[in-house]
Amino acid sequence: MDKTATYPVVQHPVTEADDVWKTYRNGSLEVDALRGVSFAIQAGEYVAIMGPSGSGKSTLMHILGCLDVPSSGTFRLAGEDVSTMSEEGLAHARNRRIGFVFQQFNLLASMSAWRNVELPLLYAGVERAERQRRALHALERVGLGSRVDHRPGELSGGQQQRVAMARALVTNPDLILADEPTGNLDSVSAADILELLDELHRSGRTIVLITHEIDVAEAADRIMRIRDGQILDQELAGSTALGR
Amino acid sequence: MNLLETFRTGMDAVVSHRLRSALTVLGIMIGITAVILTVGLGEGAQQQVTSQISALGSNLLTVTPGSTTSSTGIRGGFGSASTLTVGDAAALTSKVVAPDINAVAPATTVSESLVAGTTNWTTTVVGTDPSWLTVRGRSMAEGRFIAAHDLSTRADVAVLGATTAQELFGFRDPVGQTVNIAGQPMSVVGVLNAIGSSSTSSTSSNPDDQAIAPLTTASALFFGGSSRNAVSQILIQATSAGTLSAAYQEADAELLSLHGITTAASADFTITSEQQVLSAATSVDKTLTILLGGVAGISLLVGGIGVMNIMLVSVTERIREIGLRKALGATPRVIRRQFLVEASVLGCVGGVLGAALGLLGAEIVPHFISNKITISPVATLIAIMIAIGIGIAFGVYPAGRAARLAPIDALRSE
Repeated sequence: MDKTATYPVVQHPVTEADDVWKTYRNGSLEVDALRGVSFAIQAGEYVAIMGPSGSGKSTLMHILGCLDVPSSGTFRLAGEDVSTMSEEGLAHARNRRIGFVFQQFNLLASMSAWRNVELPLLYAGVERAERQRRALHALERVGLGSRVDHRPGELSGGQQQRVAMARALVTNPDLILADEPTGNLDSVSAADILELLDELHRSGRTIVLITHEIDVAEAADRIMRIRDGQILDQELAGSTALGR
Repeated sequence: MNLLETFRTGMDAVVSHRLRSALTVLGIMIGITAVILTVGLGEGAQQQVTSQISALGSNLLTVTPGSTTSSTGIRGGFGSASTLTVGDAAALTSKVVAPDINAVAPATTVSESLVAGTTNWTTTVVGTDPSWLTVRGRSMAEGRFIAAHDLSTRADVAVLGATTAQELFGFRDPVGQTVNIAGQPMSVVGVLNAIGSSSTSSTSSNPDDQAIAPLTTASALFFGGSSRNAVSQILIQATSAGTLSAAYQEADAELLSLHGITTAASADFTITSEQQVLSAATSVDKTLTILLGGVAGISLLVGGIGVMNIMLVSVTERIREIGLRKALGATPRVIRRQFLVEASVLGCVGGVLGAALGLLGAEIVPHFISNKITISPVATLIAIMIAIGIGIAFGVYPAGRAARLAPIDALRSE
């Protein structure tokens, strides 16, 4: 596809999982949430991970987001093996490489929109003036340039999710990880958010969308179906496909 | 993330939970106020004692008849057969035998009923000579003190303490009035300046409530026969506080030789300094301060546990926030610091407010109680430091819990 040609060729995939297992211990009972998952996501891809609840998609999302590490197998983020990283190393990886969008928005209610957006930059050690500049820019990008001083409580659900998207964008991450981003929104706002994701994708962002709704998943280029901790198939959605 | 940013984040959290923060601050504040006031109260009491030492004369020695020894118990000398005489006192005034003694005043004391008109007042009557005024470091409010010629003529004159004069004559001028002491009419020639009563002084009687008469007059009135020359105490003033021990040695040696006693162990008199007695009183005050301070310290501890409780609630309540911050890249160390800053800000605000309330209390409370409250800036600073320290110490555990939360568990919680 021509999109890969407009961006520099990346040697490593953005993320790469190789025979990833995740086992939770619940008392004496061991539950395999992931059973040998392998995949790769290239730069600029828009991938949807789909599966019913209990399929292991949340666990996969946690590993993709460096919120958790695999029990066995390797998981690489931008060529770096994160499966052996310390908690501190994972925190830095999340900060620099991943932008999260959650179903619950997860904005801090006591802070204005731009203060919420600057949070990742704060933890990255960026200067205050630069943080503000970049936060305002990110809010403009998601169409909330006029609401930067509003608190989450003063914004609609769709607007709150846009703030969350601005927060995910502000660090210029390698990967935007959206976990059921439309789950708490009405259909108009949901369409709005999906359009924004699509727009980000067109501008070259790598996006992973986790959902259980096929309508939402179809917005992506590629759909990975997951069930019982294993990837069933990977189908190409829509008309475009990335060469793998 | 630098310290300033951590501080800002912590402050944000404190400000956005106003009521909770205010209640926590209140706990610390009460503790600090209690500490400052009790320490101030103890400090004030000690200062009162110290000022009494200087008022009594720090270079004062008192010789009393009799002595206590480990082997023989109490050696007699009180009552009719006092071993101290006017002659002993006279010998000590010699600059040759006792160059470090400035003044000597023999004294006999007796409790007597004083009558002026229809008013009756029982107080201590001191028979002494003119040097008493110097030795005791007192001054006259009006009139004159007893003079040498009063002694030689056995004049029937008396000098009254301020309280005694007030009790007997009210607002009338006592000088020139007549007071009956043990049935003997005596004319009042002067009134002593008040130096203030003291509950902790070794001289258990009120120094403003006494009557002074010439030694000769008092001896003739209250004692008879062979004991006329006897005195119940000899007051000695050293030339300065520095020569006190030299004066002590000189008086001791001179009295031993006058009484024909060869070994110090069998002395029939005792020399004490006011300082010895007052240091005992000071130590009692110190004990009291420690006790009160301990109670105040416990209230601070309770305040600290309050901080811990609130911080633990805060961690539980903000589990999602912590998870989010971690997801956005906050390391455990940053989270721990943020909660420590919150706890120490609470401690610091509580400490400063508590100190302010303590200072206010120190101004107001003395109007209602007789005790003085002395606030020292150092103690106040230390109290504020302790408040911050308590915030941090009791914030460590909740902060550690927050830092250890796994981001997924925290995000998942509703």
